[in-house]
Amino acid sequence: MSGKSEPIPVEFGAVHPQARRIQLAIIAICLIGLLLAPHFFYPIFLMKLLCFALFASAFNLLLGYTGLLSFGHACFFGGAAYFTAHSVKVWGWPPEAGILLGVAGAAGLGLIMGAIAIRRQGIYFAMITLALAQMFFFFCLQAGFTHGEDGIQSVPRGRLFGLINLQDTTNMYYFVLAVFIIGLLIIWRFVNSPFGMILKSIRENEQRAISLGYSVSRYKLGAFVMSAALSGLAGGTKALVFQFATLTDVAWQMSGEVILMTLLGGIGTLAGPIFGAGLVVTLQNYLATSEFPVTIITGVVFMLCVLLFRRGVIGEFFASKLGKKLGFRAES
Amino acid sequence: MIFGIPLQALMGQILIGLINGSFYALLSLGLAIIFGLLRVINFAHGAQYMLGAFVTLLLLNKLGVNYWFALILAPLIVGAFGALIERTMLSRLYKLDHLYGLLFTFGLALTIEGTFRYYYGASGMPYPQPIQGAVNLGFMFLPIYRGWVVLASLVVCIGVWLMIEKTKLGAYLRAATENPTLVQSFGVNVPLLLTLTYALGAGLAAFTGVLAAPIYQVSPLMGSQIIIVVFAVVVVGGMGSILGAIVTGYMLGIVEGLTKVFYPEASNIVIFVIMAIVLILRPAGLFGKDA
Repeated sequence: MSGKSEPIPVEFGAVHPQARRIQLAIIAICLIGLLLAPHFFYPIFLMKLLCFALFASAFNLLLGYTGLLSFGHACFFGGAAYFTAHSVKVWGWPPEAGILLGVAGAAGLGLIMGAIAIRRQGIYFAMITLALAQMFFFFCLQAGFTHGEDGIQSVPRGRLFGLINLQDTTNMYYFVLAVFIIGLLIIWRFVNSPFGMILKSIRENEQRAISLGYSVSRYKLGAFVMSAALSGLAGGTKALVFQFATLTDVAWQMSGEVILMTLLGGIGTLAGPIFGAGLVVTLQNYLATSEFPVTIITGVVFMLCVLLFRRGVIGEFFASKLGKKLGFRAES
Repeated sequence: MIFGIPLQALMGQILIGLINGSFYALLSLGLAIIFGLLRVINFAHGAQYMLGAFVTLLLLNKLGVNYWFALILAPLIVGAFGALIERTMLSRLYKLDHLYGLLFTFGLALTIEGTFRYYYGASGMPYPQPIQGAVNLGFMFLPIYRGWVVLASLVVCIGVWLMIEKTKLGAYLRAATENPTLVQSFGVNVPLLLTLTYALGAGLAAFTGVLAAPIYQVSPLMGSQIIIVVFAVVVVGGMGSILGAIVTGYMLGIVEGLTKVFYPEASNIVIFVIMAIVLILRPAGLFGKDA
């Protein structure tokens, strides 16, 4: 969020000399862990986790690096799920084309919603995105191709590039992992590009960015469309994993969930949303068998996060002594 | 017959629109007051509206308290609850980015809604009509209770507006909206004013909930359904003006009612479409001052 909220004290100098290598080692360990994970955990659960981690990372691109809080990201996630599911099931498209259509559709929705929403700032921006996403929800409720309350069911996973059978769970897992890693690489590249730097400058001081001659609205819109497209990548992939697309994915609760994941993990860090998504999905999985409603937990965690640790788990770690020593820095 | 629609049906939908408009007006009024002083968008406004309806239902079922007492008691109870939340938690967030207030109240709304869903299920429960009967207006039958809702909301809206514009407390409130530090230095207890404002907003939402209980089913989900529409209403009206919030509320309610007559498929989204059009033509909102 904007710079005035809570500047994290930056102390350089105390960084461990091997910090860069340790960071790379941590990433390598995580990657190996993800490669081996399906042997230890239920693959569908892991795939769900990866999809939501990508979704939260895409959302964080907007909130963490541009300072725009969207309350309507379910529209892109769920919209892409519908586009992918419909193209694969009804038109018989191969999975890769279906997902690409989902991404394109989400980007299109993002372009429309972004163009309207960036006309206002801050709190209005959040309300406008929420209202527009709700409009899309009602559209999905009534449109024929979404099948209303039933959703699009038994979507075939098909063969990737006509070769790899995704019906096989292991194949599907590695496909989802590949999508996840590609998505994250795009985000990483985007954030560290000159474009990403300008976005950060807009977040820190919009007036100054304008006075420096940047067309702020165009950059904001670019970030919005990028975030929407990557959310669509996550949503389309999720539709193939679960083989259905329903109204749950476009409902406002989903927009709230992705905010929670990002907030809980740490806004403005690359690892935060992934970690947050992991926590939330695990919690949901754990509570799914119990009678206790997830909504209450979600709500309470939300309040606690906002009141007590606004940096999120990863953000707090980065700000801790150990985190600083390892050379981590949060972008907020 | 007007444009091929029977007058009876047209008037009926306009009445429903007017009633929805009354709720939109009362809720956006509360949102605007809270936002004006606290700079917090109260996402829990819908939950507080739902609480008002639920308190009314529970007062009747558990304690045998009738509608008319509930009309006073429910806003007081929910207002006190709001004051408690503001004092213990929300007040810690004022110095931060405004978005944290929105996120906090969003969590609060989820918690309240989830709790009621857990205990009472998602289906609606009926509340008996407090006033039976209808008056024949010549062109249509007006159920007396519905007439009462429109009247009561108008009176409360105008009353709150007059209180803010004409009384001393209202003057403090307006001054504190402009410059809280300066007002505090004059010896006005601004933190107390903030608490009272939040309680007033929550109370208004609860009052709306009481009015809505006999018309709609009392359900834990009634709040989240209406709050998003009210957000759109607030964006259309612009939160700079109290009167603007009220007028926009009634206006959009009627537009929604008319859409149900002429193009029912779009009635769910017409307010959002209007919001988008207003944002394109006049980004600050119809009555907004800020750019």
